[in-house]
Amino acid sequence: MEWLISLAIGVLTASGVYLTLRAYTFPVVMGLTLLAYAVNIFLFSMGRLTVGLPAVIDKTAEVAQYSDPLPQALVLTAIVIAFGMTAFLIVLALKARGELGNDHVDGLDVESESHSNKGVK
Amino acid sequence: MGGIRLQRAISFLAVIGLVLLSAALISATSTDQYQVYLLGNWTAPFGIVLVLDRLSALMVTVTSVLAVGALWYAMTTNTDKKGEHFHILFQLQLFGLNGAFLTGDVFNLFVFFEVLLLASYGLLLHGNGRLRTKAGLHYVVINLIGSTLFLFAVGVLYGVLGTLNIADMAAKIAVAPQEDLGVIAAAGLLLLVVFGVKAAMFPLYLWMPSAYANTSAPVAALFAIMTKVGIYSIIRIHGTIFGSEAGELAYYYAPWVLGLGLITLLLAALGVMAARGLREQVAYLVLASVATLLIGVGLMSPAALNATLYYLIHSTLIAGAMFLLADVVLRGRGTYEDRFESGSCMPNAILIGSVFMIAAIAMTGMPPLSGFFGKILILSAALDDAWFAMITSVVLVSGLITILSMARTGSLIFYKVLPEESVPASECGKPLNRMAFIAVIGLLLASPVLVVFAQPITAFTEATANQVFNSAVYIDAILTTPAVTEESK
Repeated sequence: MEWLISLAIGVLTASGVYLTLRAYTFPVVMGLTLLAYAVNIFLFSMGRLTVGLPAVIDKTAEVAQYSDPLPQALVLTAIVIAFGMTAFLIVLALKARGELGNDHVDGLDVESESHSNKGVK
Repeated sequence: MGGIRLQRAISFLAVIGLVLLSAALISATSTDQYQVYLLGNWTAPFGIVLVLDRLSALMVTVTSVLAVGALWYAMTTNTDKKGEHFHILFQLQLFGLNGAFLTGDVFNLFVFFEVLLLASYGLLLHGNGRLRTKAGLHYVVINLIGSTLFLFAVGVLYGVLGTLNIADMAAKIAVAPQEDLGVIAAAGLLLLVVFGVKAAMFPLYLWMPSAYANTSAPVAALFAIMTKVGIYSIIRIHGTIFGSEAGELAYYYAPWVLGLGLITLLLAALGVMAARGLREQVAYLVLASVATLLIGVGLMSPAALNATLYYLIHSTLIAGAMFLLADVVLRGRGTYEDRFESGSCMPNAILIGSVFMIAAIAMTGMPPLSGFFGKILILSAALDDAWFAMITSVVLVSGLITILSMARTGSLIFYKVLPEESVPASECGKPLNRMAFIAVIGLLLASPVLVVFAQPITAFTEATANQVFNSAVYIDAILTTPAVTEESK
């Protein structure tokens, strides 16, 4: 299980970093979303990966091991925040598209540079 | 816009109340006691704690004073009517800032960061505009990446130390096994990157000048405290966790802060010189002040921290005043806006120009105002440092560059002002809004006050610095605070 989780975190992070470095707002939003997924799994695994262990519910039960509840609470908070931020960023990206006339992160007029897009306007 | 008067009244009363409350907080900390509040009555390290010490009280006070100036300016210039929900966002911003200054838990700090960031996104975009949207997009994206890195760092620290309470983390690091130290050090530096994004530290400052230059003036003035949140977090988190108790990792981050602070200062000075408009120039001046603070933090001695805190009060309030003043100039110059071109017509140019000169003297650190004393304190604290020659030359050379640039700005904008009769009224700016100008003067008054009352203020910052460096007492105070029982109520 460990190698699968770490591979998933690694691939998500790498894809997220790559997409975040793109020059258009949509890949950037996607990249940030993937990064948020990666960090959520990462946080979750920081409570150590356990299978079939009870949560801390019963005071009297004598359990040697239990699954750590704190990372789960952290992940819930992180998910909500990342979700809200992504929604905000999408609205902002749409606003930028409307006001700047294109979806480049710097609002540049790149149409003259790429020949394939000529005439689309 | 129904009810804007009510919103204004509530908002303004709230910030006035905040000033009074933070004054009470300052006096409550004068006994060197830590005020610890256990949320939900869970004792540390199991629950979240709010901690009030001298440093927190100082930051909250500076924020509230700055907020009064910014809000007064927003109301008198009707900036708050340019879009919806200005006052709600403003108060949320203050809530996030105060929470970040008062929390004693790293994950709670993350949450308060998000609160203040989300409010700041709204405020930054308040009032629309093409450039504002573009700068806002950069600001939001870089801060989202910063938040992700924050979570990675917090995750690593929790995975290794098993706690998120700052005091408990410091106690755990002191006894951490040798093989964990590398991971902890890496997570600590990752946190430094996050706070570096907030504080606009080289090479993470590129979002900052355009964001600050393109937003509305009261928001930019309030944002003068936002960079200081990063500085505060470095002092609080790194200073406590990697403090003198941390064994091998004690102050291992300080050379990074010092070195990057020096580079930031040089680049900021060049930015001040190269700026094309007054607002951009002020943004780079804020960057220069942040860099000076980073140098002070990087020196890592009580004397240097004392100087840093003194300079922090000065630079926050004066930077706020400068942003408001830049907007006053912009409004007065009509079509010339704040571009560095001479020959505009500007009502009340003599009054605005005189105030600009005083503000520039304070901001660039020339005697007799507080910027000079702040820099002197930092330089004299650097005397014992191995990098003394480097620090002195960078601070002095960049100081000279900023003084020259500000002199050039002042002469370009104010020396060749055409009389109002000689140009058509449409090209001429609006007359001075005297009510709004009160906010500029009020914030600028902080500088002479800091000089006149330098003795009590430095006594307070000195006690603050000593308290910060005495992290053993901090750890002890928080971890031994008992839960409230029925009897003790």
